[in-house]
Amino acid sequence: MDIIFTQISEYLQQGDDEKVFKLTKNAIKLNLNPKDILDNGLIAGMNIIGEQFRKHEIFLPDVLMAAKAMYAGLDQLKPLLASKGISGLGKVVIGTVQGDLHDIGKNLVGIMLKGAGFDVIDLGKDVSAEKFVETAKRENAKLIGMSALLTTTMQTMKKVTELLKKENSEIKTIIGGAPVSKEFANEIGANAYAYDVANAVECVKNLISGVK
Amino acid sequence: MNPILKRIRNGEILIADGAMGTMLFAKGLKPGEPPESVNLKNPEILEEIAQAYLDAGADIIQTNTFGASPLKLSDYGLQDKTEEINRIAVERVKRVVGNKAYISGSCGPSGKLLKPFGDTEPDDIYQSFKRQMKSLINAGIDLICIETMTDLNEATLAIKAAKSISTIIPVMATMTFDETPRGFFTIMGVSINDAVTGLQKAGADIIGSNCGNGIENMIKIAREFKKLTILPTIIQSNAGIPEMKDGKLVYSETPEFFGEKAKELIDAGVSIIGGCCGTTPEHIKAIRKVVDNYIEND
Repeated sequence: MDIIFTQISEYLQQGDDEKVFKLTKNAIKLNLNPKDILDNGLIAGMNIIGEQFRKHEIFLPDVLMAAKAMYAGLDQLKPLLASKGISGLGKVVIGTVQGDLHDIGKNLVGIMLKGAGFDVIDLGKDVSAEKFVETAKRENAKLIGMSALLTTTMQTMKKVTELLKKENSEIKTIIGGAPVSKEFANEIGANAYAYDVANAVECVKNLISGVK
Repeated sequence: MNPILKRIRNGEILIADGAMGTMLFAKGLKPGEPPESVNLKNPEILEEIAQAYLDAGADIIQTNTFGASPLKLSDYGLQDKTEEINRIAVERVKRVVGNKAYISGSCGPSGKLLKPFGDTEPDDIYQSFKRQMKSLINAGIDLICIETMTDLNEATLAIKAAKSISTIIPVMATMTFDETPRGFFTIMGVSINDAVTGLQKAGADIIGSNCGNGIENMIKIAREFKKLTILPTIIQSNAGIPEMKDGKLVYSETPEFFGEKAKELIDAGVSIIGGCCGTTPEHIKAIRKVVDNYIEND
C-alpha cells in the first residue's frame, strides 16, 4: 500500500497535478486513511521540495508546480479530514503588511505551510494591523505571519504585536522579509523572525507546538 | 550604427544613473504609494532626480517607469494612465538633460507569473510591455532598459515587444541573480549561461545584470557574462544588502567602495556601469571619477 504514497510524493515533486489528482482519488477509493495520504504522500513530497528549494537545487517554478499538484490532492482530502474531525496542525493567518505589495516570499511561505499541514488563511497584500488581528481572533488562529519588503511598511508589524499585547492574546507572531531582522523581531516583541521559507515553516511548527 | 552602440564599440565606458526608488523615498514618497504616482502628482521631483544624476556625471538617465506597464499599474488601478505616466516621465527627464545625456526607458517585471506555474498568458505580458514601450518611444527615449528580470520567458517577451516597435532603439536587458552553491541563478532558476543565450537570441543589444546582493558579486557575474558573449555588458549593482539601523534602511556599500570596485568591472570588460537600489548621486560621482582617471592612465 505504501507504494501509492511514494508515487503521490514523487509525482508531486515533478509537479504533475493530474497524476497526483488521480492517485489521491485512487487512494481514497482504496479506503486508505486520509491522514496517511496527506502525511505520507502530499506532505512528504512538499517536505522534499522545501528542502531542495532551500539548497537551491530547484527554483520557484518547480515549487509552484509542486504546489499546484499538492492542491490537486489536498482539495479532495480536506472534506474527508474535516468529516473525520481530523484537524491539521492549526490555523495560521499570513499576509504582506499594509503598504507593501511584494508577496512572492509570503506566497511561498503560504504554500509550504499548507504543505506542512497547517490551515493557512492568506490575507494577501497590503494588510492592515487591525485586519490581521481581527481575522486571527475570528478564525481562532494560533499565529500571525507577516512579511514586509519595504522598511517603510515595517511599522504595521509593530502595531500588530502591540494590539495583541494589549488584549493579552495567546496568538503568536512571526515576521520575515528583506528589511526585518531578529533584532527587529525582539524590538517589537514578535515571537520569531524567519530568514527564509524553510526556516519560517520550522519556526511556525515550534511556536505552535509550544502553544498546545 | 546607433550612436550609443558606436561609442561602446569604440571602447568607451558609459555611466548610467543610480537608484530611483531610494531617491523618491528621500523626497517624500509615502509607503504603499506606487513610485510612478509621482509622475502624475509631483513631476518636478523627476527633474530634481535627473539633475542630481546628470550633475554626478551620468551619461544615461533612466525614467521613473519601472512599474509603468499596464499589468503592473493595474495593482493600483492606474492602468488607464499608462500613456500619461510614461510620457511625463520621459518629458521631465528630457527637460533637464536635453542632449547632454541619453534617456533610457526603464521597464521592470509585470509582477505576474506566466503559465503554467502562474496564470498569465504570454500574450498579455507581451501586449502590456508593448503598450508601455510605445509610450516611452513616442515620447523620445534613446534606449530601453528591461531590468530586474528573473524569468527568461518574460524578458524575451519584453525584448520582442521593444523590437516590434523600433528596430533602431537599442534594447538593454538585465536579470537579477543570487549566488548559490551551484553558481548564479535567478529565483526562477535561470543560470547566467541560459540568460546570455536567451537574451541574445531574443534580440537584446546590451545584456547584463542589475539589483542583486552587492558589487562584489556583480564583478563575478560580469566576468561570466564576458566569457559567454561579445555583446556589450551593463552592470547596475545594489549598494549591498539592506540592513536595518535605528529603524532606517541602510545600504552598506559606500560611494568610495563602489568607485574602487568599479575598476574591476572595467577590467572585466563592462561597457555600461550604473547603480541600483541604495545607490545615490554620490555613488555615480565616484564611478565617474574612477572611469575618467582609469581611461586617462590607460
